[in-house]
Amino acid sequence: MATILGKSNSGAAMGRSIPRVEAQAKVTGKAEYVHNLRLPGMLYGKVYRSTVAHARIRGIDVSAAQAVPGVYAVYTAADIIKLIPEPYYGPAFHDQPILAVDKVHHVGEPVALVLAADPHVAEAAAQLIDADYEELPAVFDEVEAMTSKAIVHEVLKPAGTFPDLKHLKGKRDTNIALDFHLRRGDAQKAFAEADHVFEHTFRTQQVLHVPLEPFVTVADPTPNQLVIHTASQSPSFVRIEIARLLGWAENKVRVKVPYLGGGFGAKLYIKTEALTAAAALLAGRPVKIALTMEEQFYQITKHAATLRIKSGVTKEGKVTARECEVWWNGGAYADIGPRVTQKSGFTAPGPYDIDHVSIDSYALYTNLPAAGALRGFGIPQLVWAYESHTDMIAKALNIDPLAIRRKNILREGRPQATGTLMRDAGIEKVLERLAERMNWEKAFDRVVVDNGKGTLRRGRGIAIGFKASISPTTSVAIVNVSADGSCMVYCSTVDMGQGSDTAMAQFAAEALGIPVESVTVVHPDTDVTPYDMATLGSRSTYHMGHAVKLAAEDARDKLMQLAKDVGLSAETTPIPDIFRKKYGMQAGNIVGIGSYIPTYTSPDASGQTDNATPFWMIGATGAEVEVDTETGEFKITRLVNLVDVGRPVNPAIVETQISGATMMQLGFTLFERMDFDAGQCTNASLADYKIPGIRDVPLVMENEAVDMVQQSGPFGAKGVGESGTFGVSPAIASAIDDAVGVRLTSLPLTAEAVYRGLRAQAGKPLED
Amino acid sequence: MTTHRNIEFTLNGRLVSAQVGNHQNLVEVLQGEGLFGARESCGQGLCGCCTVIVNGSAVSGCLTLAPLIDGADVRTIEESADGKLDVVQQAFIETGAFQCGFCTPGFVLMTRQLLDAHPNPTDDEIRHYLAGNLCRCAAYPEIIKAVRLAAAKRKG
Repeated sequence: MATILGKSNSGAAMGRSIPRVEAQAKVTGKAEYVHNLRLPGMLYGKVYRSTVAHARIRGIDVSAAQAVPGVYAVYTAADIIKLIPEPYYGPAFHDQPILAVDKVHHVGEPVALVLAADPHVAEAAAQLIDADYEELPAVFDEVEAMTSKAIVHEVLKPAGTFPDLKHLKGKRDTNIALDFHLRRGDAQKAFAEADHVFEHTFRTQQVLHVPLEPFVTVADPTPNQLVIHTASQSPSFVRIEIARLLGWAENKVRVKVPYLGGGFGAKLYIKTEALTAAAALLAGRPVKIALTMEEQFYQITKHAATLRIKSGVTKEGKVTARECEVWWNGGAYADIGPRVTQKSGFTAPGPYDIDHVSIDSYALYTNLPAAGALRGFGIPQLVWAYESHTDMIAKALNIDPLAIRRKNILREGRPQATGTLMRDAGIEKVLERLAERMNWEKAFDRVVVDNGKGTLRRGRGIAIGFKASISPTTSVAIVNVSADGSCMVYCSTVDMGQGSDTAMAQFAAEALGIPVESVTVVHPDTDVTPYDMATLGSRSTYHMGHAVKLAAEDARDKLMQLAKDVGLSAETTPIPDIFRKKYGMQAGNIVGIGSYIPTYTSPDASGQTDNATPFWMIGATGAEVEVDTETGEFKITRLVNLVDVGRPVNPAIVETQISGATMMQLGFTLFERMDFDAGQCTNASLADYKIPGIRDVPLVMENEAVDMVQQSGPFGAKGVGESGTFGVSPAIASAIDDAVGVRLTSLPLTAEAVYRGLRAQAGKPLED
Repeated sequence: MTTHRNIEFTLNGRLVSAQVGNHQNLVEVLQGEGLFGARESCGQGLCGCCTVIVNGSAVSGCLTLAPLIDGADVRTIEESADGKLDVVQQAFIETGAFQCGFCTPGFVLMTRQLLDAHPNPTDDEIRHYLAGNLCRCAAYPEIIKAVRLAAAKRKG
């Protein structure tokens, strides 16, 4: 039966756990990734990288590489500059050169590129390149970078995109790429009046995304356009930035993105695109650059951070004042670090109702691989600190961890540190539901579980965090209804595994009231799909969801008008009959357009604003652990994850997102850590850098999206991709403390760290 | 710098010949045949994305040198040409056992091998058997459910 508008014969699209629209392609190995693409005449590029952390380049000898049979070309910055005189890019600062100019700023920085038709030839030739360096003092620690004499970039070059970076233009001899300050009330006075003042410092380590599909770009210089096929989360940004570098109009650059083999924030802004594009234009041939797993360790990482928190607390456990200082280790290039510093910085006091707040958050340059966005945009680092701090206060005051949170949490309608009132933020609901699922108020058996030796202790912990959505950002969508009633959604949201194609199909189907099976989603192609800021920060469900809904409603209204024009009722006439009546045959389209940007108020000089974010994301985790007091080894016996995602668009995919985020953060909590020696990553492979496998899944893991509706969201929905990460690290650290009284303040939480704590507790500390 | 040779092998039931370099691996050979379901990711045989069935056993395509498959029977995720899904693939779809899908062919092939060896696997056996396949999206709980469902489906 043909579809009638608003009368889907397969039920509502919203809230249904339909399989992913691309499921069959993925299980048969036929899903399209850039990795599959090869073009006639295509050359492969292999990168020669810096072996030192900070140095002036005295010279680069490429003669031996050029002499290898089969090498098409070898390029250095001197070649790039002929094409692009100012070869620097970046979303916040124009600080990153396409190939190193004059200086290298970190080990692994691209210095030269070899092109050959055979990738093995290019790889072998790249080994023959030799650069001569004059080494400079380097800085690696984010706190030292504040005052270090080693300066990563002589002069700061803000991109001009963000108003709060403009004052840094031309600033010299500093490693501070952004200092964000927020003041609310009078924290110093409140500290003086507080019954207790607690101060703790926490550390998080540098880790990375490790998408199993490493970065890959193919650039094809066609006669009329430069076509870039890339594994990118931000096709619109890539087009605009490459056009800017070349001094071209946007429509001379076409960016196409098929499926991504994982993204997690790595594949944002410019990564391999600028180098591939420049090489293709210089060579006049299509060029593919596909990084190896090892090379991913030099491309983009997650910020290591040092976080100091100080709280004034009444004897009953009410927090009256909080001061947060956060130093973000941004590595050699700012990437989106300054946004992490500000957008996450303002939530540094946590989801707590505190009258007097002082926040100082610094983005620092160091001579390490650059850091950017990774599933949470700085929030997991902050939650790690403020929730550990909360439990340390609770323990000192002998207050239950749930009770201290109940006493302090930010309830609906109360002002957050920016002054923005909390709306549709299920903080209380998530906390209470977590307590219920953990049976928190029932007696917990810490009694030794018999392992034959009596050395096991049990413990439990809870933690809750929140995040604001990056704002203000734009999404545009087109919904095209064909004459047979089938429908296509055109949007530049990238499906990197989070299920956005499926969600967008569900939104369009819901708004039109047609079966979701009759909707397809066109993949990002900047010649075809309209602008979208990027697929990041859990923004797509909300922002692109709105745009798709608006576009579908526009199409619906136009279809109803069309029906009326030809004397039919769209409420009773099958869609194909309306078209046939108008055009005399199966012909024509109805095209609806939707554009969405939420309202937003920029913060004032004190960081205050009445509208900081369009929506809040809430995530909490409860952990139960067993710790062996003889070895420090511990096992997570139960992990419970609660989130507020508004109304779930697709409950099954939402659950996978929650547990997937949790598992990723579990890796960052328990074992992932990039090790460095003089700026050189010493564990840049999956042999030495372990990511979670199937055996790392806790034996009991429960996930739940609490019953919430985001009133301002499309059909009540909001983002879900990051919320599962928030509470994992502090919940596990608190469970360990609960079990054996060892409080760890640095990630990752290793058995060795627990064992050292146990030895120190026993008055027999181990030497370093 | 390289030497090449001709090899012949059976690919998904059809005899094929290919000119391969001694340094090339099986993933590259398959790409030459237009098959992209086996994917090189870690390049060290640690992630399972490049899983291929050679002479009835799962191997890491990235560590299998091309000349070594001369005369071998090679089967890949693309084996079923008519697009018909087997019970393992159906179970992966029904349980939503993947997100980005990059690792999925490897998991599907390993699950088939697991169920051939252990038609009724315990959760512990599933975790043990699939420990060599990594999924950064961490759809592991769903993968465990998919294996259980596929086992039930096989019994019919």
